Amino acid sequence: MKIKFTLNQKSIEHEANPSSRLLDVLRDEFHLKGTKEGCGEGECGACAILVDGHITHSCLVPLANVNNRSVTTIEGFRETSQYRILEEAMVEEGGSQCGICSPGMMLAAQSLLTKNSHPTEEDIRDALSGNLCRCTGYNMIIKAIIRASKRGEGLW
Amino acid sequence: MKDISTSIPKVDNPEKLSGRALYVSDYEIPNLYYAKTLRSTQAKAFFHVIKPQLPQGIFIIDASHLPQKNVVKMIADDWKIFADVEVNYIGEPILLVIGQDKQKIEDVIHNIHVKYEPQTPIFDQSNIKTHKTFQKGNPQQAFQEADLMIEETFETGYQEQAYIEPQGMIAYPETADKITLIGSIQCPYYVKNAVVEALGYDEKNIRVIQPAVGGAFGGKEEFPSMMACQLAVAVHHLHVPIKMIYEREEDMISTTKRHPSHVTIQAAIKNKKITALKTHVAINGGAYLGLSNVVLSRAMLAATSAYTIENLDVTGDVYLTNSVPTGAFRGFGAPQMIFAVDMMMAHIAKKLKVNSLSFHRAHLAKQHDLTSTGGIFRDPIIMPEMIEKALEISDYINKRKIYDQPTSYKGIGMSLFLHGCGFTGSGEAEHIHAKVKLVKDEHDDVYIYVATVDMGQGQLTTLKKIVEHVIDREDIRIIYLPADTDDVPDSGPTVASRTTMIVGGLLARAALKLKETWKTHERMEIMESYVQPEYIRWNEEKLQGDAYPAYSWGVNVVEVEVNPITYQVDLKQLWSVYDIGHVIDERLARGQADGGLTQGVAFGYLEKMEIDQGRVIHKNFTDYIIPTAKDMAKTQTFFIDNPYAFGPYGAKGLGELSLVGGAPAVALAIEMAIQKSIHRIPVTPEMIMELIEHED
Repeated sequence: MKIKFTLNQKSIEHEANPSSRLLDVLRDEFHLKGTKEGCGEGECGACAILVDGHITHSCLVPLANVNNRSVTTIEGFRETSQYRILEEAMVEEGGSQCGICSPGMMLAAQSLLTKNSHPTEEDIRDALSGNLCRCTGYNMIIKAIIRASKRGEGLW
Repeated sequence: MKDISTSIPKVDNPEKLSGRALYVSDYEIPNLYYAKTLRSTQAKAFFHVIKPQLPQGIFIIDASHLPQKNVVKMIADDWKIFADVEVNYIGEPILLVIGQDKQKIEDVIHNIHVKYEPQTPIFDQSNIKTHKTFQKGNPQQAFQEADLMIEETFETGYQEQAYIEPQGMIAYPETADKITLIGSIQCPYYVKNAVVEALGYDEKNIRVIQPAVGGAFGGKEEFPSMMACQLAVAVHHLHVPIKMIYEREEDMISTTKRHPSHVTIQAAIKNKKITALKTHVAINGGAYLGLSNVVLSRAMLAATSAYTIENLDVTGDVYLTNSVPTGAFRGFGAPQMIFAVDMMMAHIAKKLKVNSLSFHRAHLAKQHDLTSTGGIFRDPIIMPEMIEKALEISDYINKRKIYDQPTSYKGIGMSLFLHGCGFTGSGEAEHIHAKVKLVKDEHDDVYIYVATVDMGQGQLTTLKKIVEHVIDREDIRIIYLPADTDDVPDSGPTVASRTTMIVGGLLARAALKLKETWKTHERMEIMESYVQPEYIRWNEEKLQGDAYPAYSWGVNVVEVEVNPITYQVDLKQLWSVYDIGHVIDERLARGQADGGLTQGVAFGYLEKMEIDQGRVIHKNFTDYIIPTAKDMAKTQTFFIDNPYAFGPYGAKGLGELSLVGGAPAVALAIEMAIQKSIHRIPVTPEMIMELIEHED
């Protein structure tokens, strides 16, 4: 079956089994390795991507579900000015350690800031609750998002 | 040059944040094969495999293919590469099915029939494999002369490392007689040495490369050696590249965890002071010993934690059960003992009706005191100053006045603790023999070659920073790449809070030599090997002497609120004060402090893993709960400068220290909130309900 969708701003027509996990299609067929697999059950968020701007666990999504939708992975997001602001803030606050959760965290932050450009600490804790990080204890990530939201005034 | 503590950007930030960093599962290799493990479904049984007719291109590799002994080389060589005639735990690997089509591999796995002859498994503490003991002073006399004797028992459960990147390994034939492995690992030379033994190859024909590692916390210390041996044997026979990545559930049921423990402490009290402790610790090693004897040692050595007690009788056992083997996990036996010691101290103070803070302070270790094993605390101990700081930033005394009464459901707990830095005793000098290498080429580019790995803790940044600061020249480039055993000497494993202090210390010395003998535009090579400080005396058999070259110290304060209806524990805020010598990089140190404390506190109240009749019950993140951003609260961390003479720029260890005090601090806070004594962690809502509703 042919699935049509937008992937990182490019129109795609992809012939594949519609029930394939989107995560596998992205990693194995499009070679987008920035999307990680941590649990395969939608709990850890390492596989998080944006579907029409919303944070989504790609390990739970069959390919058919993104038909006519827009998919953004870290490879697409890293080309944006919002990414650069978030990256700078993460560097300054120490928000990444082993890095396996980082692409998903960056996209979760983007998803949040798009809806709420001035989130409170509680808003951020809520928004990140689907993305597990075992290294940082989260506070440095939360501070980074607050810092980015201030510095990126007008971007979101 | 700036003070070395001034933070610099973590060097691997750009590749990690952007998703460019390659972890083992991200490597694409032409003509790749995949491996999946067939595992035991029985806790103890003899078995026989009935192999099906294999489709074209599918292979089975098992114990019959081993060219050498069926042993994964580690501390106790009792782990098998593949089970051969008997299985000893559910999840024990029996064979690999290998092929290029993942669906075909699954089909074959499902069609393999394993005929089991079940035996009676052991799950209690009867099968004691190791017993250790040491004494200090004259405990017998102290107990005879005591006014009062208090005895309590403490229990801790399993804890899963829960690195977000599951275990994974790739092996491929580099040439006709050389095999290369890429793995999510902490210890490249552990993997290399295990594979050399398993295959009987010459050392130069096994190469281990470290990719980006997505968290480890001890979980990738010894376990990956087993995967490496299995895959290397397969490559030896099949001559194709093979990748094996565990799924989360497979990882949780089959990889090592923190040892569950029982600690019984008897305290002799005279004039409201502890004069002696008689402590017994028993840890569950699972089906095989592996590293358990060393974990037991570290637990026993922590028997007095941050305190000095004149008379001690410490005994410990490792018992084996037909369950998944336990192994290395940040803290390595110390978190279990330190939980017991700090709870015991608080409980004794309560029974004696004395101020708990004064009681703890009265027993604190001081410089020149004898350690639990009769070594000497040689360096200044600044715990009194650290406690003052912790009291001030947390408003502990005031809050305790308000919270410490029935029905407040609020509590604040404080733990005081230490952690020995580096390997126990003479481990560095007698077993590890760490080496580091610096090479300067004709362009005056300096290359750092060490075998320890960056698994998130920031070593790529800190070690480079140390070399940069020593050489102190702005006109040169310093290049430091992840470990490849073809290039790096054996600097030892990335464990035991040793990287900054030991490996960083060697690099600082090598860099100084390079600087002092610097010849522009000439190739230079400096090799530096570990030499033990002369003052260290250690008797491994008797567990006597200086167990560690140095100690890091900590104070954690945790504030909680317990929901009076659901008994859910809500963390309100966490404060920490640490002495880690001189800090190498403030921001990275704070990252370690926050992350370790999160794991330590979660060990105390949140993370529950049960194994029932050898079967792991909590086997994915849906039921094994680790903290989310919503569970965690604000933290505030201070480092008090106390430079260590033998560490690079005065640095000591940090990685494990930040974990060990979390559990007692949160458990003591919950005790205050519910006004009940706690002896077991994790303190789940179910346990709180039991304590409130069923105990007097």
